[in-house]
Amino acid sequence: MEKSIEVHNLTVSYHSKPVLWDIDFELPKGKIIGIVGPNGSGKTTMLKTIMGLLKPDSGYSEIFGQPLDKVRERVSYVPQRESVDWDFPADVMDVVLMGRYRKNNLFKRITKEDRRIATEALEKVNLLEFAHRQISQLSGGQQQRVFIARSLAQQADIYLMDEPFVGVDAATEDAILKLLRDMKNEGKTVIIVHHDLQTANEYFDWIVLLNTRLVAAGPKEEVFTKELLQEAYGGRLTVLSKLGDLIGSTEFPLREPEFKEDKPE
Amino acid sequence: MDLIFLKVLLGTMLLASSAAVVGAFSYLKQQSLVGDAIAHALLPGVVLAFILGDGRHPAYLIAGALIAGLIAHYGIGYIKANTKLKSDTAVSLVLSTFFGFGIMLMSYVQRLGQGQQAGLERYLLGKAAAITMVDVYTFSSLAILLLLGVGLFYKGFQLMTFNEDFASAIGLPIQLIRFTFTVLTVLAVTIGIQTVGVVLMAALLITPSAAARAWTKSLPSMLLIAALIAAVSAAAGTVISSSIAKMPTGPWVVLVLGFLGFASLLFAPEKGLLFKVRRAKAHRAKTLRENVVKLMFSQEERQGDQVALTKSSMQEIRAMKPQDLSGGLKDVQKRLWVVERDEVETGEKSYSLTDLGRVEGRRIVRLHRLWELYLTERLGMAADHIHPQAETMEHVITPEIEALLIKELGAPERDPHQSLIPYENE
Repeated sequence: MEKSIEVHNLTVSYHSKPVLWDIDFELPKGKIIGIVGPNGSGKTTMLKTIMGLLKPDSGYSEIFGQPLDKVRERVSYVPQRESVDWDFPADVMDVVLMGRYRKNNLFKRITKEDRRIATEALEKVNLLEFAHRQISQLSGGQQQRVFIARSLAQQADIYLMDEPFVGVDAATEDAILKLLRDMKNEGKTVIIVHHDLQTANEYFDWIVLLNTRLVAAGPKEEVFTKELLQEAYGGRLTVLSKLGDLIGSTEFPLREPEFKEDKPE
Repeated sequence: MDLIFLKVLLGTMLLASSAAVVGAFSYLKQQSLVGDAIAHALLPGVVLAFILGDGRHPAYLIAGALIAGLIAHYGIGYIKANTKLKSDTAVSLVLSTFFGFGIMLMSYVQRLGQGQQAGLERYLLGKAAAITMVDVYTFSSLAILLLLGVGLFYKGFQLMTFNEDFASAIGLPIQLIRFTFTVLTVLAVTIGIQTVGVVLMAALLITPSAAARAWTKSLPSMLLIAALIAAVSAAAGTVISSSIAKMPTGPWVVLVLGFLGFASLLFAPEKGLLFKVRRAKAHRAKTLRENVVKLMFSQEERQGDQVALTKSSMQEIRAMKPQDLSGGLKDVQKRLWVVERDEVETGEKSYSLTDLGRVEGRRIVRLHRLWELYLTERLGMAADHIHPQAETMEHVITPEIEALLIKELGAPERDPHQSLIPYENE
C-alpha cells in the first residue's frame, strides 16, 4: 500500500487536557477517507495537528513520507465553514484566489495564471456566476463550495476537509460528493472529518474511527462493524476522560520532555 | 493661510490616513480594544523617551513608543495565554496600568518644570498647532512607509484577518505577518497620537473603517474610504483647533469622525438605517396596494363578474384602517390598477379593477393559495394554521420563487381549502 498519511504515536492536548491519546495509523493514497467519531472525539484536532496548526505533545505525522513543510504545496486544507467571519469584505473570487497564495508569492501581485486557475476551480463547483457576489450573501452550501473551490485552486495532491457536509443542502451534498469522486479518479487523496454515521458508509472507501483514542482504521468493510461502532460511539471511556480532566486541572506534564519521541531520521 | 500651516494641515491628514488604514485590519480582526490599549500604553514610553533622551527629537519618541507598545502588546498576549483572564480583562489591565504609569511619569516631569516647554501634554489630547516642522517631516515619512508596508503585506494581512488557520496551513510565514502587523499598529498609533493624542486614539483606528464598511463591500475600497474619512476629520480638527486658543485637536477630530461615522450608519445604501426604514415603508405600501386589488379580485371571483365596490363595502369584506384603505386606493389608481367613479344614486365613490389590476389581484391570490398548499404539503402544517403565514408571504414571493413553487407542486389546481388556484392564461 502506498502511504498518503502516516500518524505515529500522536498525543495532543488542548489547554493541557489531552484530546488525542497515542494515535497510530497509516492511510492509503487515492482514496476517499473519513475520519469519523462522535462529538468531542478529537477529529478536528487530528486534522489540525496533521496540518501543523496544533503542536502534539508527542509523536509526529508525515505526508507522502515527509514532514509537512517539505510537501506543503501538495497539501490542501479546508477549515470548518463556521471558523471564519463571512461578513468579511470580499467577493467569491477574492476568496478562491487565496488558494493561490504561497510563501514565495506573498509579496507579489496576483497573476493572470492565478485568475485562470481560480476561474476553473469556480467552474468545477458550479459557482462561476457568483464570482463577484459578496461572500456574506451566499447560502451555507454556497459558502462551503467557495471553500472547496479555494482548495481546488491550490492544485494539491491531498485534500484535508473539516466537516464539508455540515449545513449544506441535498443538492450541494451531491455536487460535493461527485467532485470528490472525480478527484479520486484523478488519483488525489481526500480525507474528510465527518460526524454523521448514517452517511459515512456511503461516502468513504476508508474509515478512521476515532474517540479520543483510535478505535479502528481500515477499509470501510472492516471498520464499519457493529462492535467497533459501539466501541466508538457507545458511551465515554470513563477512566480515560477522568484522567484527562485531572491532567487538565493540575497541569501535570503528560510526558516527561526527555521521553518525547523524536522522529527517527 | 500661510505655508507652515498648510504643511501641518497636509501632514496631519496624512498621519490620520495611515493610522486608519492600519487600523482597518484591527477592526476586521475585531480587535478594536487592542489598539486602544497600545495607544494608552505608549504614554510612559513617550515620557521616558523625553526623560532619558533628547525629548525634542521625534526619533527618541518613536523608539520609546515602539518599545512601550510592543511590551504592551506581548504583555496582553502573555496574560491571555498563561492566566484564566478573558481577553477584554487582559486588555483593560494592561491599558490602565501603563496609562497610570505614564500619567505618574508626566506629573514628575512637569514638577521638574520641563513639561511645559516639552509640550508633553499634547500627547494626551493632541495639539496640531504645537507640531514642529521636524515632526511633520519625520511622521509624514513614517506614514508613507506605513502605507507602503500595508501594500507590501496586503495579501498576508488580508488572509490573517479572514482565515488565519488557512494562512498557516498553506505555509505563509504567519509569525512574520503577525509581527509586522503589530509593529505597524504601534507605529500607526505613534503617528496618530500626534494629531489626536493617546486618549482618543482608538477612535482614529476604528471609526474610519466602521464608517467605510457601510459604504463598500471590497477590502481595497474600504481602505481607501477609511483613509479619506480620516483625512477629512483630521483636516477639520486641525483647522478648528488652530483657530481657537488653547484648543486641543483630538476631541475635534474625533467629533468629526463620530459625525461621519453616524452619518454613514444612517445613510449608507443597503446597510444604512435610513435605507432600511425606507425599504420597510416601501414594503408596507406594496402590501397595502396588493391587498386592495386582492380584495377586489376575490370579490369578482365570488360574483363571477366585474364588481364596483365602495369603501364601506370593502371594509365589510376586509376590515382595514380607514387611512390605510385610502392610501392604498390612491396608490392603485396612480398605477392604473383601479378606476374610480361617482355613484349617481348614493353620491359615494366606487372602485373597479382595470385589466392591469386584475392581473395583479390574480397574482396575489395565486401566490396566497400556492403558499398555503406548500405549507400543508411540504411542511406538514394543518390547514387551519396556514392563512396568516400566507397573508405575509404573498407580498414577498418573487416571480422566480413563484416559478419554483409551481414547478415543485406540479402546477396544482386547488389549494388546501379546495379553492381554484387562478393562473394567468385562463
